[in-house]
Amino acid sequence: MPKKILELRNVSKIYGNLKALADINLSVNAGDWVSIMGPSGSGKTTMINIIGCMDTPSVGSVMLDGTDISKENAASLTRIRRDKIGLIFQQFHLISYLSAVENVMVAQYYHSMPDEEEALEALAKVGLSDRAHHLPAQLSGGEQQRVCIARALINSPQILLGDEPTGNLDEENEGIVVDIFRRLHDEGVTIIVVTHDPEVGDVAQRKIILEHGRVVGDVDQSATFGEALRLKGKHDA
Amino acid sequence: MFWRMITKTLIRQRGKMLMIAFTVVLGVSLSTAMMNVMLGVGDKVNRELKVYGANITVRHKDAALMSDLYGLEGQGVSDKFLREDDVLKLKSIFWGFNILDFAPMLDGRAGLNGSEVSVVGTWPEKHTTLPTGEELHTGLKALRTWWEISGEWLSENDDESVMMGHLLASQNNLHVGDKITLTAGTQSAAFTVKGIYNDGGSSDSKILMTLPAAQKLLGLPGRVSTIEVSALTTPDNDLARKAAQDPHSLSPDEYETWYCTAYVSAICHQIQEVIEDGVAKPVRQVAESEGTILNKTTLLMVLITVLSSIGSALAISNLITASVIERSQELGLLKALGAHNWQIVLLVLAEVMITGIAGGIAGYFMGIGFAQVIGQTVFGSYIEIARMVILIVAVILFLVTLAGSVPAIRYLTALKPTEVLHGK
Repeated sequence: MPKKILELRNVSKIYGNLKALADINLSVNAGDWVSIMGPSGSGKTTMINIIGCMDTPSVGSVMLDGTDISKENAASLTRIRRDKIGLIFQQFHLISYLSAVENVMVAQYYHSMPDEEEALEALAKVGLSDRAHHLPAQLSGGEQQRVCIARALINSPQILLGDEPTGNLDEENEGIVVDIFRRLHDEGVTIIVVTHDPEVGDVAQRKIILEHGRVVGDVDQSATFGEALRLKGKHDA
Repeated sequence: MFWRMITKTLIRQRGKMLMIAFTVVLGVSLSTAMMNVMLGVGDKVNRELKVYGANITVRHKDAALMSDLYGLEGQGVSDKFLREDDVLKLKSIFWGFNILDFAPMLDGRAGLNGSEVSVVGTWPEKHTTLPTGEELHTGLKALRTWWEISGEWLSENDDESVMMGHLLASQNNLHVGDKITLTAGTQSAAFTVKGIYNDGGSSDSKILMTLPAAQKLLGLPGRVSTIEVSALTTPDNDLARKAAQDPHSLSPDEYETWYCTAYVSAICHQIQEVIEDGVAKPVRQVAESEGTILNKTTLLMVLITVLSSIGSALAISNLITASVIERSQELGLLKALGAHNWQIVLLVLAEVMITGIAGGIAGYFMGIGFAQVIGQTVFGSYIEIARMVILIVAVILFLVTLAGSVPAIRYLTALKPTEVLHGK
């Protein structure tokens, strides 16, 4: 029986009259690779913020590795995020005046102790040994995203959380990043990725479709997103 | 990592940091200059006010009593005298260095052309070496800087010349170079009028001569009536006023504080300790004017310091807030990576403090320069640098920088990573 690493129970997020998330129930096992897809305004970013401990639900509970993070205060959420979550952003968000290895070390610094050797190893794992001392401006988009992945992995998080990780990449770099995810998945890392790109989403072993803040599709690796959407259409009819 | 981030931020944001440092330089230089002037201005203002003459007079205790009872301040002739030998002891008191100038005065009456006139013996100039080895140059000339003289001042050993007040000279139709004969009792002596002075007061009807000449004429060897003293003093406060009433009413701690502060009452008290049978009293009008001017000058300096500090804090506040807003994505990222609010605030404060310290050091030395410019321009001398200003400026710098950082700190603590990291 695989360990349940994340569980959302009846989670809603309400902004005034708007329900960004409506009664979401979802569980993710350790080592799963989950893709979340949906149109703009479907609640993907809200869900990622809640799972990533950067926001809390208005209603419901979120169990992360056995802890209900919906009840935690801001300082505890920061600590949990630091220890258990690795974040990857569409726009990379590297610190422009620090080199690639220093960007990785920043995450170490706020977690425990910076260790340059370990940071260089993390960069080597994403194929950037020779670019470690370059500034972000001297790196391509794909290289910057790989630095971002190395930074997300440096503290051995329990969940790797990607918000459109290939959204700003060309096809070649998208392939490189997907390959890294595949390798990490094989190593047992839990990956949750929000994406617009069906080709990236289909690589995951589980696909979830969000619409108007609700889960409208949840299929395994055997079905593509297209098939999931068709199934959803039949269900609606 | 912390210092690496700070160093690189300072280099990258050098434009903004230079602006912050420049603001600090302006504020600190002004504060440093004003405080150094403020702490040094007491002596400077006092020296400026010395043109108005002595601020302490010493006379025999019985003569002083008569003066207090009958209000005969500076008038008449007493038969109670001080000893000339005691006069130089003034420089031996605790506040001896604050005694700038002094002159003994021997008052008497003498006959001139059949009428009686007031004569005064004094040290027009006195050059001697004290037992401590200190060279002393003093005398009445230094205490009457406002006198308008036709002819010349008496010199130290000019025992056969006199100076006359212009009223007396015109009444007797006397001019510089004329010969006069003065008679007192059985003594008679001839003098040459060396100078005629205009004092603007009662002295204009007197004849001034050297102390030995007056003592010989009046038959009072080794005697003086009063001593005029010009001393640098600290403005009176409640403690000084209490001590002036009765020094014995002070507690031991109060007494020590009062005795070791250059209050006019403390200096008078110490003068009385060395002048036998002498009573030293402040010339209230001069002493109070000094105090009032000094207090107002100090208040002005404090106001300028406070206003410049507020101005700096506002300018720093704008610059830091602008810098933090510009870096909100970077700082939001640090929060997303696990930095607590205090860690982000510490990072930003450290950057600002380092910039502030650099600006503060530059501003301090610039302020010393400003103080010297003020000293030279206004007082014609250098302002002594007070070490305590470094501490005061450091505290002001810390508080101003901290106060200027408050809006930025509020912004940082309210900053949510989700608001700055999902910009598509």
